[in-house]
Parts: sequence; structure tokens; C-alpha cells
Amino acid sequence: MPTTHDWINNPLGVVEGMFAASQNNPNSGWEAKAVEFFKDHLKEKEAQTWVPSLNDVPLHYMKPNSLVKFRCLIQDMFDPEFYMGAYEAVDPSTKAKVLKCGKYKDVMECGVDLNSKNTVTAERQTFYCVPIPGESPWVKESYASSSQARVVPSTSYVPTRQKRSYEEDDDMDTQPQPQKQREKHTGLQSPTEHHGNGECKRRETEAPSNQTAPASHLDLNFPLPGEKGPSCLVKVYAEWDGFKLNDTLEVYGILSVSPALSALADEKDVSSSFLDPADSMETAEEQRVHCPPASLVPRLHMLYAKPLPHNNPLLPPTLEDNSAFLSSTLSEMAAVRAELLTYFTHILLGDALAAEYLILHLISNVYSRRDVLPLGKFSLNLSGCPTVSSYTECLYQVIQQLVPSSFYLAMSLQNMNQMKFVPKKDYVANRLVSGALQLAKHTSLFLDEIQLEQGQLDTTGVHNITALGNLISWQKVDYDFNYHQMEFPCNINVLTVSEGRSLLPSDCQIHLQSQVAPPNMEEYLSSLHMHPQASQLNKFRMYLSVARLLDYSISDEMTKSVEDDFVDMRKDDPRSVSAEDLHSMLVVSRLLSLSLGLTSLCTDSWLRAKHIEVLRRSRVEQQKCLNGNEP
Amino acid sequence: MSSPTSTPGGRKRERDGNPSTPSSEGPISPPSQRRRGQDSSNADLMPMPTSPATDLLSPAPPQDTSLFSSPRPSVLPNEVDMSSPLMYGTPSSRVEGTPRSGVRGTPARQRPDLGSVRKGPQVDLQSEPPTADGAVASEPNAGQRLVIWGTDVNVGTCKEKFQRFLQRFIDPTSTEDENAGLDLNEPLYMQKLEEISVVGDPVLNVSCLHVQSFDAELYRQLICYPQEVIPTFDMAVNELFFERFPDSILEFQIQVRPYNALKTRNMRNLNPEDIDQLITISGMVIRTSQLIPEMQEAFFQCQVCAFSTRVEVDRGRIAEPAVCRHCNTTHSLALVHNRSLFSDKQMVKIQESPDDMPAGQTPHTSIVYAHNDLVDKVQPGDRINITGVYRAVPMRANPRQSNVKSVYKTHIDAIHFRKTDEKRLHSVDENSEQKLFTEDRVQTLKELAAKPDVYERLSSALAPSIYEHEDIKKGILLQLFGGTRKDFSETGRGNFRADLNILLCGDPGTSKSQLLQYVFNLVPRGQYTSGKGSSAVGLTAYVMKDPETRQLVLQTGALVLSDNGICCIDEFDKMSDSTRSVLHEVMEQQTLSIAKAGIICQLNARTSVLAAANPIESQWNPKKTTIENIQLPHTLLSRFDLIFLMLDPQDEAYDRRLAHHLVSLYYQSEEQIEEEFLDMAVLRDYIAYARTYIHPRLSEEAGQALIEAYVDMRKIGSGRGMVSAYPRQLESLIRLSEAHAKVRFCEKVETIDVEEAKRLHREALKQSATDPRTGFVDISILTTGMSATARKRREEIASALKKLIQARGKTPAMKYHQLLDDLRGQSETAITKEMFDEALRALADEDYLTVTGKTVRLLG
Repeated sequence: MPTTHDWINNPLGVVEGMFAASQNNPNSGWEAKAVEFFKDHLKEKEAQTWVPSLNDVPLHYMKPNSLVKFRCLIQDMFDPEFYMGAYEAVDPSTKAKVLKCGKYKDVMECGVDLNSKNTVTAERQTFYCVPIPGESPWVKESYASSSQARVVPSTSYVPTRQKRSYEEDDDMDTQPQPQKQREKHTGLQSPTEHHGNGECKRRETEAPSNQTAPASHLDLNFPLPGEKGPSCLVKVYAEWDGFKLNDTLEVYGILSVSPALSALADEKDVSSSFLDPADSMETAEEQRVHCPPASLVPRLHMLYAKPLPHNNPLLPPTLEDNSAFLSSTLSEMAAVRAELLTYFTHILLGDALAAEYLILHLISNVYSRRDVLPLGKFSLNLSGCPTVSSYTECLYQVIQQLVPSSFYLAMSLQNMNQMKFVPKKDYVANRLVSGALQLAKHTSLFLDEIQLEQGQLDTTGVHNITALGNLISWQKVDYDFNYHQMEFPCNINVLTVSEGRSLLPSDCQIHLQSQVAPPNMEEYLSSLHMHPQASQLNKFRMYLSVARLLDYSISDEMTKSVEDDFVDMRKDDPRSVSAEDLHSMLVVSRLLSLSLGLTSLCTDSWLRAKHIEVLRRSRVEQQKCLNGNEP
Repeated sequence: MSSPTSTPGGRKRERDGNPSTPSSEGPISPPSQRRRGQDSSNADLMPMPTSPATDLLSPAPPQDTSLFSSPRPSVLPNEVDMSSPLMYGTPSSRVEGTPRSGVRGTPARQRPDLGSVRKGPQVDLQSEPPTADGAVASEPNAGQRLVIWGTDVNVGTCKEKFQRFLQRFIDPTSTEDENAGLDLNEPLYMQKLEEISVVGDPVLNVSCLHVQSFDAELYRQLICYPQEVIPTFDMAVNELFFERFPDSILEFQIQVRPYNALKTRNMRNLNPEDIDQLITISGMVIRTSQLIPEMQEAFFQCQVCAFSTRVEVDRGRIAEPAVCRHCNTTHSLALVHNRSLFSDKQMVKIQESPDDMPAGQTPHTSIVYAHNDLVDKVQPGDRINITGVYRAVPMRANPRQSNVKSVYKTHIDAIHFRKTDEKRLHSVDENSEQKLFTEDRVQTLKELAAKPDVYERLSSALAPSIYEHEDIKKGILLQLFGGTRKDFSETGRGNFRADLNILLCGDPGTSKSQLLQYVFNLVPRGQYTSGKGSSAVGLTAYVMKDPETRQLVLQTGALVLSDNGICCIDEFDKMSDSTRSVLHEVMEQQTLSIAKAGIICQLNARTSVLAAANPIESQWNPKKTTIENIQLPHTLLSRFDLIFLMLDPQDEAYDRRLAHHLVSLYYQSEEQIEEEFLDMAVLRDYIAYARTYIHPRLSEEAGQALIEAYVDMRKIGSGRGMVSAYPRQLESLIRLSEAHAKVRFCEKVETIDVEEAKRLHREALKQSATDPRTGFVDISILTTGMSATARKRREEIASALKKLIQARGKTPAMKYHQLLDDLRGQSETAITKEMFDEALRALADEDYLTVTGKTVRLLG
């Protein structure tokens, strides 16, 4: 265990120290140095695991103004704000004017001299961040278990008191000491705050970080329904142009939970708001959104942000600088693939071809875009599924067990007509109201068309279906900004499960051919709930994530032979192969190579890709003949 | 309260030192004081808050210089400028202070947009700040010494410079519409002053660019110290104005409204350096608040002796006088609301316009305050350029909290609004929008245009991911450029369509949708809809109840939204008939008539339509005509200038090239691609530039060439008894040639343009209007829906049938089947039942016979 780290427990001390040291030397560049300091410390082996994470430690365990990390998705970007980067305050004891640093803080100390000419105004940007939507439970657990952060000693919290009854909750002794003091000091005690904390305490035995439940009046704006976890206002001090909406990050920053921030409109007395010219600028809704109680939406002052190319805790953060890991995984890939294929074949009622396509689908990734065309996407339509709803749910659970983030969307009429899919700008509250399609890259979206029923889609429903169609065809979502739409590219794997051909477009349709006799179906389905061993699951998880991240190339000779092959195929029967088919064959061969751990195309993979495409197409044809009336 | 500027030196700070400024009424001449007293008593009688001003006007002879300041009810519109240290001054003193000479009685109107106290800064300063009563507008010479606190602005020099600017500035090249009707070779602003004297609207809009080109130093001062410089400008212009037009009566003194501050900034670029500076940013209005009446001056009346007094509102507070000055009663004064003074204020929220935002980020918003007559000038949805002063206000500390939030609130005090899309409503040629091209860019574009193969280059840069289809890409390229707009409304024909419409039909999976998607992404005002998913209302406009106002509002659909752009319609064939029918008007007249829910109007829809259709049998049947393949009414088809077939050509060389193209598409690195093709941004700029600045006209030779081409086209068909061209085709040819001239950045349509137009048109015709039976091009397939040969054959069968019936003699009724068998027996060619039916119908049309059920009866 590491010893007490001041830079974790009191990062502001470090920052202020550097600020003070820089006073005599105006060009010291202390700001860059401070950021560098934390970056260096975090680079140390395991240092990142010492930092407590907001994702798995409840907020009230955290020490205010300590260094914390947060794994999140940028859900919204607020307007930049100006703050006092440095200000002069009168020290109450010595009555001397002291220059203080306002960076990484929300609240200034008392006795600020607003008229001082040493005040420095600086700019910072605020991002509204939510936990990564649809993050699988296994990812959360894995991250939580690898954390070595010692959170308890930083508070006066006594673990044995955890199980106290509800009535005793009113006593705030269990509050973290600093916060309690602050509250007494300011005399500001919002009822919501009490409520929120009490609620958390009672639920501690459940999953951590479940702060949101009681805050019914405050919509935390999660993209997916039923999400839990804190959301954060992340203050960014530099290079905020580099961040994009829907980026996934691990933010290291200074936690700020000062109750002074909880400026809920209803707490203000009328006269002061009347007098304050600033107040009339904002509606109550806007205030609520931009200044939610810090106990619900803590502020995080970013020191360092690590972009997450993937969200798989089993993998090292980047593959490039970890060649040892890469080579060892690559050598095993073919073996793991065989195991996974067996497992999927079992799940998919004994259909090995469908299992193969499912693997290809799960490792697909939009690796580039040519003008409007996303390359590398491979959305799959699995048709011919048994209509027992438990089957699709079971299938989803299997996928959820394997991928870092996923979302199950039952395409019931009610869902289609009522759910918000496309994020929409709410100009009253001045924020982007999230929708189910605001997902991080590499999220698996599971569309269950079995749930589809007869009925009429209303306007929302039609828009939602259009949005889904756009998502699948172009890998983009048009966010609704009321006066105009804005296109945000995405990278989501869409798997549609249906009985017949899906009503949505797809890159590839495969009809499931059950090898199980109908009478045994019930029994077979119940046996599907058996999950493989944890170690095997972990292998699968690593396999899928690595295969997706591999680079891929195609040699000149291979290009030539592919061309020849295409020309030959067209010679025999021009109608049999179109340019579109070549597109999909190229994608399939790419994914097939990657799934075997090969980083360039070889003749074998090409032939195999052709072969499975032919098999698949013949099945689709067959199905058409059976149904007859399908186009 | 401090000014939150980070600008070094804290220039404003020093002004903290002058709270006691024009120390009460000391330096003010007694007459003015007396006058003031009269004013207020005068005003007391008037119920309206603004009345004292107007009231003053008439009695005051313009020349009477002793008549200094108007009541100027409130110079201190506290609301905004919390940041200004000037707020420390005692407001009432300032009101009476600072005589306004040179204005002669025309009341000054407060400028809340400049944040209060315009007098303060002028107070100055050389050595002992508080005592000197600056302003001294009447003695410009004396002003030489004076510099406004914290700035380097010398009131006198500044005024002089600005007057010189007004008197001398000439901009012969001005193209701004605001200057329309002015003589460009005369001093511009003097003409504007003249206009003011005639119209009586006391606002002078001054382009900062003009100021800059005239005097860079003055411009710098204007940008850096707007709060001080603009009032100086006001003074200067008023002096000048009343000197020139001593008799004119204005409601208020003229206010200078600068616009176009050179650094037209993106909202994203605003930073702390810009605080308290003059900025111009562009954006879109997303919300406007209701009008906020803001008290400027409170009116108190003593309950005991009816003595009244006025108190300035200072930072949102009213210092209620505790003692009546007149009768010395304590706490006898009561606020009389409807005699207090209020000013208008409105909060406007603007958002970055989607064009100047980096991808992947959300737009920023800013708060703007509009004052007085700028209130309600803009509506949500307007795109505006706004010039104003950027402000930052510290967040007010909650009185119960000891800590202060370290964040400022920022807003902009609007001085000038300029709608960027205002002109769109007036003239057709609106494309001269604020699309600014840097000189470098223009140079690059011109170089590109000078290349002989620019046409090929551009067309290959279009959707590089789609293979070949060169002619189709060329067609679409010409569509993007469009023809020249011509107005024949004087001769009664109205506008000629300048936009090209293109239909792509062909096998599924020939990347039609991708092409559409590309075009949609390329053009700024494009719309993309799918025939399957859109209804007639979605394309045109619909009336709905606004959830907020409960009023009926017209919501425009895709066609109207793509006015001056391109409307891409995918799956054109899957559109319902009623939906398609609205396209008839749009595609030729380019308007959209709406009569719904009591709203009757005609909207402009000058849009190019790029449509894609699939053949009805899912595969293109080469044995059928275009009409038969896609089952679209010929009335609609004839409105397309070009109809292309996107078929899968079947030859080896093509396949090989296609395969190579696709494989490299998947595996080439980005850089390689970049080298090969033009950047999408360059293409976009190229098109925008050509559309904006190039308006080619037909040259003599080109006209001749067109006539020849048309006559040739007519001739081709006439030999076989077919018409192969209609005037619509001639119009198409003209549009295409104009577009091609635009591609070359050429103001004249020349023969080569006509040649290319002819070629392209022929290619398209060859593809779509070839009669599958004869192999000849036959335009009537598109115009009448039936090829001439088919029509001829129908006539032949009908006449054969007629002969057959006549040969039978006088049988009034015949069996249908028997007649068919007889005809078949007689004819050499095979006669299908359909052909027979057609012949019967033709005869029925001639009133020769009628068909009822299975019997055929002769008539007459």
C-alpha cells in the first residue's frame, strides 16, 4: 500500500504551492508545471489505481478537494465561463492583502477584494459528463476491484455505523467532517442534500454510486433510461477544443462539492434575485441545470484527462506501447476464436454460420470515413429467431457479458413512440437533452424486433425509426437543435434480431437455421442460461476488444488477386455480383482476417470470406422463396 | 465592484478615483440649474415619462445655447454595468452636470447599450481628476490636453477626427445595400446625415471598416474604448449635424451605431481580452425574452406637501429619501410608479451559427441585451451579426454566504443588429450573403478556374468514393452551379427557372443514395428526404399550433427549406401521387402555394431537385422505356433537365477498374486520397464563389449555337415523324451552358459551353429516352409517356379494327372475344389483348363504338 499521498489528498496544496512560488517570477509557467506534475505522478506504476474513482466510490466517502478520477462520456458542453484566475484577499488574522490562486476552485475565500488590480480573469470550459452509458456490470466490477484507493481514512466515517436505522439518519454525524463543518459554517442546509445523503447511506449495501435515485426533480440527463451513477460538471482549463461530444475519457481532477454551489432557485430569497441583474438572464430551469446541488452533481476541476480508446479493464490502456501483451494475445487469438465460435454456436441454436457472423459483427468498427461513407461498419440482422421473448433477452445477456457497453432496445410500439432517441437541445434550460442514441463508440446496440407489434407509429415513432435507419446506414445521428440539425458521427454496432427480414436496413442479413428440434426447444433454451467460466469469459472479452483495435492492411498482390477474382465472377454471371457485394465481401474478409488475429489479407481469408458470403446469400434466397411475398 | 478586465494595467481602475466627479452642482452654471428646476416642474404635469423631452423641444429655440441640458431623465441605467467603477459616482449630480452644448436643445437619449454614464469618462483629467469638468465639448481646443482616465482617448482630438471622417470619407467601391441610392463619390456619411435630417430617424450607422481605412488610430480607440469613444462620436456628430441643419428637429440627438468591427469574431473566439471592447459576432437568435421595463428614475412624492423628487436607480437600488426637502417631514415620501421613468430592455440569446462550428462540438450561446429601439428588432431563428460591447459581471454573492463564486457572468450590450439573411427576402440574388472569401482563397479558386481541365477536376472531386459515372457527376456538378436567373416579369412571364433538376434512376445498389447523401452534405442549404418517408406536407409546409403562443404557425417543409439549395429526394418512385403532385409547381414555377387553415400564401421554393428512383421491377428492364420502368407521370419527368440511368455496365475492363477503385477505397490511407482529389472544402468554396459572383450571359455565337442545336434536335425526330425536342429542352440547354460557363468562372457563355451542354443533354437523353423497340432517341417518351412508334402502332391497329368492323356490314353488336379472334386472324403481327383493348379505346374515343362488358356496340 502506498503511504499517504499529499498530491492525492490535497492537490490544491500542490497547486497553491506552485502558484506562490511563481509570484516572484512572472514567466515561470507554473500552470503548465502543475499539470505536468500531476501527469508525471500519474504515470508512475499503479499510481492511477490509488486515485479513488467517482464511478465506484459513493460521493460522500470522498474527501472534498481531493484528487479523484471519473470514467465518463461528455454528454453536453456548456458555454465557456470566465473566472478569477488570481485574486487578492484580505487575510483575516494579519489584515494583509494576499494574492491567491483561483484556478481549480469554485469558491473564493472570504474577504476578496473585487477591485484589486491584480485580479486576473481567465477562461475555462464546462462539460457535463455522465458515466459511460450502457457500461456492462462486469466492467464496473472489474474497475472497482482493481482500485487501491483508500477512501475511508480521509473522512471521519465509521464503517460500523453503516447499518443504522432510517430514523437515525437525521443525525449528520456520519457526514464527512469537512463537509459538515462547511455546512454549519454557512448555515445553508438544503433539504435535498440531506435527503440525498441519507438515501445513499441506506443503500450502501447495493451497488455503489447510486446517488441519483431520489433526485426526482432533477433530471441528470442520462442517455439511457435506468442508468445510475453520478454525473459531473467537469471544468476544463486548457485545450478544450480537443474534446468532442460523446468522447469517453478518464478525468483526473479535483473534487469540489462546496454547498455554496447549490444555487437552487427556490432557495433564493426573492429580494436578492430581484436585485441581482445576473439573475434575470437565466430561467429557473437553466439555473437548475447549470448549477445543480453539488451533492448530486459534483464539480470536477480537470488536471488531466486520459482518452479511452476502449473501455475494457482487462486490456492495457493502449495497445501500441505494449507489444508484449499484443504478441501474446495475437498468438492465442485463433484458439480463443474457436472456443468463442463453439460457445456462440451453442447459443445460436447450433448454427455455426450465424455464430461466425456474430463474431464478425462484434469486432466491427468504423475505422475511417470517405466523404459520407463510413468504412468498416457491419450491422447484422439476425432473422429467424425463435419468437420466445426470453430467447432474445438471453442472447442479449450473453452479449452483455462479453462487450464493455451495450444497450438492449425492445422495439415495442410503446418504446418507439415514447422513447427519446435523438438528443434535442432544450433552449429553455440551455442544455442538450440526451436520447438513447447518444452512445459512446463501440457500444453494442441490440434491437429486438421480436417485440414489434401491430399498431401505428406516431410522429415521434417515425422520427425514431428514421434516426435508427440513419444510424445503421451512415453511422451518424442528427441531433435536433430546433432551428437546425447537427450531424454527429458515431461508431455503434447495431444488431437487429427479428423474425423475418428486419424493417430497418442492415449491412448483412443472416437467417438463423435452428439445429434444435422444436419439441426440445424449451429445454434447450433453459440450458442456455449457463454461463461459461469467468476465466473463459475474460478471454472472450479480451479477444473481442483486441480484434477490434488491430490495424489492418492489404498488400498490392492481394489487391490484384481480389480484382481478378471480381472480374472472373462478373464474367460468369454479371448479375450475381454487384459493386455492393464487393463492398460487403471486402468488409467480411477484413473482419475475418482480424478475427483470426491476422493484420493483413491473405488468400485463405479472402476465399473463406467469399465462401461464407455465398452460404449466407443462398440462405437468404431460400428464405425469400419460402416467404414468397417478400420483395 | 470591479471591472473584471485582465487587460494589463487595469485601465478602468484608475477611474475609481473620481466618484465625486462633477462634484455635485458646483461647476454648473446657474442658468442651467434654474432651467432644470423649471424642467422638472414642467415635467411633473406630464403623465408620460418621456414627455419632458418632447415638451422641451418646442419652447427651445434651436439657437439658444444657454439651454443646456435637457432633463436627460436618466443617464444611469444601472442595469448592466455593474462592472464599471463609474457607478460610484453620485448619479444625480451627473445628470445636471456636463452641459451639452452644440446640440441645442434636442434631448439626448440615454444609451443603456453603452452601459451608463457617458459623461463620467469625459471628466478629466490631466492632473487633478475630480475637479476638472471635462466634457467641454464646446471648446475643442481646450480638449487637446484632456485624456480620458485609463485610456489614451483625447476627447477633443477624437471628436475632431471623427468629424473629419464624416465630412471626408468616400468609398467609391461600396457595395453595401445600406448605401443604396447614395452618390458614392460624395462623402458618404454627410449624405446619411442629410437623410437623417429628412427622415428624422436619429441613428447613424457607421461601418467600422470605413473608420479603419480612414484613420487606424481612431479605429483602435473605438474598438478598445467603445464606452468612451462612442459618446464622443455622438457629440461630434450632433455638433456637425446641427451646424449643417440648424432647423431640423429630431426626437433625440443622433446616436452613432458602429457596426462591422473588423474582428468579426466567432463566438468561440471570445476570451477575457475582449471584455469591454467593441466586438461583432455572428450567430442565430434562439430566444428572446419579453420586454423588461427597467426603472431608470424613481419618482417620489411627499404625502404631506406634495413636493416631488426624483431618485436615480443605482445598481438596482433606490435610495428612498428619508426626509422631504421641502417640508422636512420624515418618511413622508411615497413612490409613484406611473410617473417613474422606465426604459425598455430585452434579453436575446444567440447561438453560434452551425456553419462556423468545429465538428463534434455543441454550439455555444451568448446573452445579449437589447435596449430601447433595438428591442424586438430580432426574432428567434434570425441569423444576425451583432455589434456590441462585451461585458462580464461578477456573480453576485448570496448575502447569506461569505464565499463568493469565482465566476463571471458575461453578456453583450447590443449596439447594432444586422440580419445576415435579411436580404434574402428582398432580392432573388441573395447569394452575396456574408460568405466571405479571403483573398488567398479567391486567388486559389481563380487559379483553379484557369486550368483547362477544371471541369473534369471538379467532377472527379465530386463524391470520389463513387466510381465512374462521369457524366452523372458532371450533370450534378452543373446542377450545383445552376444557371443564371432571369427575370421576365415585365413581359409577364415571371421568373425563369435557373435551377437544374436531375433524376437518377437505375438498379438498386448503384450508389444513388450515396451520391445524394454526398450532395446533401456538400451544399450549405440542402435537404435530404426519402420519398417513402415524406408526405406532401413534409415537403411543402404545414400549419400547426405553436405550443407556447397557441397561435397557428406555418412550419416549412423540405422544399421551402432548401430554397436556393438542393433538395435531394431519395426513392422518388415510392412517393404517393398526392405528394408528387406538389412537385409540379415547385419544379417549374419554383413557388409553393399554400392554402391551409386560413393561411393563404405563396412561398419561394427556388430549389434544384435531385431525385433518385428505383425501377418498378427492382431490376431495370432494358426492354421497356424509362416511363414504363419507373412508372412516374410524364408530366413530372419532363420537368427534369437531365435524366440519367445508373446501370451496372457489364464489361471486364470496367469491372477491373471498379474492383481496383473499391479495394483502394477501403485500404488506401487518407493522405493518398487527399493527393488525388480536391478537398471537399475547396469544392464547396468554389461553388459558393461561382454562384455568388459569376452571372454568365449568352454571347452572340453561343446563342447561334443553341439555336442550331435546338433545330438539329427537332430535325432528328422529324425525319421519322417524331418530335425529339420541345422548348423545355431548349431551356435546359441554356441552363446547362450557363452552368458550364460558371464552372469556368466566365461571365460569357461561349460555344464550348453550349457544346458541353449539348453533349451532356444528348448523353442523358440517349440513356433515358431511347425507345427500346427502335433504338432511336425519342423525346416523346418523356414528354407524353409513350414513344412515337408505340403511338403509331396503336393507330394502325385501331384502323385495322375499324376496317374489320366496317367489312362486317351493319351488325350493331359484336362479341368481344370473337372480334379479337377475327382481328388476330387478319393481322400479320401478333396482337395481344392489351393492344386490342387499346385499339378499342381509341375507337371509343372517336365515338365510333362503345364497349359494355363483353359486347361491342357500334354507335350511330
